[in-house]
Amino acid sequence: MKVININSSYDSDFVREVEEESGQKLNLCYQCGKCTAGCPYTDEYDISVSQIMRLTQAGQKEKVLQSNSLWLCATCESCTSRCPNEIDVALIMDVLRHMARREGYTGTGRVKTFWDSFLSSVEKNGRVFEVGLLVNYISHTGRFWTDVDLGPKVLPKGKIHFKPTEMQGKKEVAKIFMRFNEESAK
Amino acid sequence: MKIGVFVCHCGSNIEATVDTATVAAAAREFPGVVFATDTMYTCSEPGQDEIVDAIKEHNLDGIVVASCSPRMHEQTFRRTVERAGLNKYLFEMANIREHVSWIGKDREANTNKAVDLVRMASEKLMNNQPLYPKKFTINKRVLIIGGGVAGIQAALDCADGGLEVVMVEKTSTIGGKMAKLDKTFPTVDCSSCILGPRMVDVAQHPNITLYAFSEIEEINGYVGNFEIKVKKKATYVDWDACTGCGICMEKCPSKKATDTFNEEIDFTKAINIPFAQAIPKKAKIDPEFCTMLKKGKCGVCAKVCPSGCIDYEMKDEFITEKVGAIVTATGFDLFDWTVYEEYGGGRYPDVITSLQYERMLSASGPTGGHIKRPSDGKEPKDVVFIQCVGSRDKSVGRPYCTGFCCMYTAKQAILTKDHLPGSQSYVFYMDIRAAGKLYDEFTRRAMEEYDTNYIRGRVSMIYPKGDKLLVRGADTLMGTQVEVDADLVVLAVGAEASKGASKLAEKLRISYDSYGFYMEGHPKLKPVETNTAGVYLAGACQGPKDIPSSVAQGSAAAAKVLGLFSKDQLESDPQVSTVDIKRCIGCGKCIQTCPFGAIKEIDFRGMIKANVIETICQGCGICTSTCPQGAVQLQHSTDNQILSEVNALCQF
Amino acid sequence: MNTSLNYAYYPGCSSTGTSVEYDMSSRAICAALGIQLQDVPDWSCCGSTPAHTVDHSLSSALSARNLDQVASMGLDSCITPCPSCLANLKTAKHKMQDENFRDKVNKLLEKPANTQVETKSVLQILVEDYGIENIKKKVVKPLTGLVVGAYYGCILNRPAELMQFDSREHPMAMDNIMEALGATVVPFPLKVECCGASFGIPRKDVVMRLSGKLLDTAQEIGALALVTACPLCQMNLDMRQSQINRANGTKHNIPIFYFTQLLGLALGLTEKELGMDKLCVSPRTLLNSIAKEEQIKEKAA
Repeated sequence: MKVININSSYDSDFVREVEEESGQKLNLCYQCGKCTAGCPYTDEYDISVSQIMRLTQAGQKEKVLQSNSLWLCATCESCTSRCPNEIDVALIMDVLRHMARREGYTGTGRVKTFWDSFLSSVEKNGRVFEVGLLVNYISHTGRFWTDVDLGPKVLPKGKIHFKPTEMQGKKEVAKIFMRFNEESAK
Repeated sequence: MKIGVFVCHCGSNIEATVDTATVAAAAREFPGVVFATDTMYTCSEPGQDEIVDAIKEHNLDGIVVASCSPRMHEQTFRRTVERAGLNKYLFEMANIREHVSWIGKDREANTNKAVDLVRMASEKLMNNQPLYPKKFTINKRVLIIGGGVAGIQAALDCADGGLEVVMVEKTSTIGGKMAKLDKTFPTVDCSSCILGPRMVDVAQHPNITLYAFSEIEEINGYVGNFEIKVKKKATYVDWDACTGCGICMEKCPSKKATDTFNEEIDFTKAINIPFAQAIPKKAKIDPEFCTMLKKGKCGVCAKVCPSGCIDYEMKDEFITEKVGAIVTATGFDLFDWTVYEEYGGGRYPDVITSLQYERMLSASGPTGGHIKRPSDGKEPKDVVFIQCVGSRDKSVGRPYCTGFCCMYTAKQAILTKDHLPGSQSYVFYMDIRAAGKLYDEFTRRAMEEYDTNYIRGRVSMIYPKGDKLLVRGADTLMGTQVEVDADLVVLAVGAEASKGASKLAEKLRISYDSYGFYMEGHPKLKPVETNTAGVYLAGACQGPKDIPSSVAQGSAAAAKVLGLFSKDQLESDPQVSTVDIKRCIGCGKCIQTCPFGAIKEIDFRGMIKANVIETICQGCGICTSTCPQGAVQLQHSTDNQILSEVNALCQF
Repeated sequence: MNTSLNYAYYPGCSSTGTSVEYDMSSRAICAALGIQLQDVPDWSCCGSTPAHTVDHSLSSALSARNLDQVASMGLDSCITPCPSCLANLKTAKHKMQDENFRDKVNKLLEKPANTQVETKSVLQILVEDYGIENIKKKVVKPLTGLVVGAYYGCILNRPAELMQFDSREHPMAMDNIMEALGATVVPFPLKVECCGASFGIPRKDVVMRLSGKLLDTAQEIGALALVTACPLCQMNLDMRQSQINRANGTKHNIPIFYFTQLLGLALGLTEKELGMDKLCVSPRTLLNSIAKEEQIKEKAA
């Protein structure tokens, strides 16, 4: 185990950034663990959510941003709903994820790839085109067996379309992404 | 007038951000000021001596001290000037600590503000008059409100000290929360064995009059002379005749009455005596459940009562008692934990409160001391205790620590093992607060000798799984989520101010905090006094307290009452309103506006005039701002005195 | 009853695909109850979870484009069947009350968006605006004999400050509706526990575990079916039920309805209109048994 020097490893810019972007005060957290207690994803996390809170409070930027947990939070709001100190923990997880993205962390990657595929489907079609999204995801991950077993079940239901629905303003939506990318590049 | 000014450093409290020497120098230029200096600690003995010496040396006839809040040391300095032969009202205080040095960092601005405050004080002082208190006799009887352990202690101490005591208890028995407990920490001695004899003492003490099942309707008067209207609620049983034999309760066919004494883990009868050791041991009818009172049919209790004491026509009765002091010991209630929907919000029968568990553990409780699950009556094997339910939780408006739950939870875990040796207890906790004599040793014993499994973390949810309850919490020391399959879950529900505390406070004219707990006179130095003279506090009405602390406060409040009553007469505060009879036009506005009923109409040579009853007037000054003629003046805060302060401040 | 209930309707992307039956049944029951819906004319994706995990201004911009359209329809409230869309649309309105944030979002849009419109769920307006008592009056085919649990999912009611509907821990809206329709409602203890959300594709194992637990619980409490109000919950529990069975070694065969489908059934709408045939776990046997129970009851009467 690594010994952490509390003062020299404390990244005050990181703490300030998290607080500013989330509007939450990290020192309200007294480590009761109720967020971890209720988090349905704890089983998958490498660092439990209450420990993410503690590491963030302690300014341990690197350790937090490289955590796979950030990518496995589904924003189910259990933590936020039950926090005795009324901290919006799910929002902090969201903000940490934004920072992780900006710093080039991806967790184990698959979740991020899925989310990216989802958004590129929206960017392209204005709305999500489910089949397109799946194909895109598979082409990026090579996981060609994803949900093939569902094909025979779902196809006869007529729910699956092989062409995206058309909408007038899809260029407008694409422009939102374009402007966003420009703004982010600034 | 020859005024002396003393500007205090208060160590570095004031001096750090106020240039006291400059303030003193500025004061020397004020009209009337013949002497001014800065001192290190004006309140210290040498500091006070300096004032006395200056008065003598410079023939001063008025003193200004610029230091802390008058709430801190006004009394101190009034005694000092009195010692030097001045009237104590020829003294003014400028608060340059709380109002200046503690709230600003700019030394120059602070110094200027301090100069202004001293100028105001000295201008007012020039308009001050010597005032003289009057003496009045006091009624040496004391009212104790609440018959829990704190009230019992206060009552017995006062009664043993020779005072006549009137005790008013809202429920039909005294004993309070302690009477519901099985054992007490950290000694694990039987609660009713130690409380029971005290309850009997209350009943048998020749100096104590007990009104059980009664409430305070109205309080009038002032320290030394209160008049109390007590409502004796209808019990439908003639208590003078009732022997407490219990036959009525045995035969009553209405079996589903709410059993508040047993925390509703069982039902009681419509006519009931709360428990075998109740004091007074008298029956009362709960009209909500009595068929006779609701439908005019039944009458079984009247038929079986051997002393013929059932009276279905009984009405509430009002009694007036005169006392000189009041001790309020109204205790606490449990937080309504059902707001925790994640713990089932009351939907799961096997999730109970710690006080319900206490009734279950008690040999005289509804289960005869057997631990049984409410759902199926089975003995539990795995018992989970959850601490801080309604404590240290901002999200439910209870950020404070109740303080005694850690201890009773440890006790209940120990008792669980004693009752059910094959059981296993788990305690979800955040911190173990065991600061008290033998307290930490006790919680350690729960772990070391009784193998209680302490898990450091809060619980996020409880839900039924088969015939068990799944408790999902965190173990923050292990750093992960944990689950416990529980047969029974006991919530360490926090304490809150007792229901009706704020209403009673308004009758007593005492203040309470945002949670409804009564405010003590000073957080350190006046723990059992209130800001209303003659009204004292004991026990958990002031804030959550365990038994030893409640008892200590009961005794402390009794000591205060005995001290107060050691004099035969009290001095009234001369800072009251007076009416200039020439100016008064008898409009009566002041009478209407006075919150204390201290102003009465009198006939003065055929004309209506207002007259202030000095002993009732609290000096609030509302009448003075209401009077259209300026005829009512509050002594020591007269219009002229206030205007002189305003003029001193608004010079430019 | 308010007879002039009129809302803008935002279907959400999944309505065009995997949750088409939610959309069909929502429209059908509104028509049957006289609730008027006007489609947001050129609606686009709200951004769902992926957008807010990237950036809040992007997420809000995608939502704001739709809110602006609702405002230009001259309507002040919009309803959507999907809780994820609901959360995003509500979050955008809420966050854009902050001036700096609003400027940031407007920079991403063609023109500054008017986001002053309220968004509610179809469930919320049924309960709050239409009223369960009034629904009860319209029931022609009670769901006699249907033993059902109501599963709300995690974000329909949470966070409470934002969603402002029902209880965040123990919601009752669907339970109450099902009871009004004549069904036997068994209290579902994991009403707001997450189903695994959108991890079905990237982390199927997570959905198998979480949705598996929900199905196990439904079976334990004796629910013959679950009702849901969320496309993602329904998809995980219904479409992936066979995968869950395979992964966990279970044999669940629990139909997962949208509450609107069962409501429609009780209002006398046809199974076809309600998209009953779109469900992966066939509700056939269950629906037959309801009809039979009803016949027995009628005969007895």
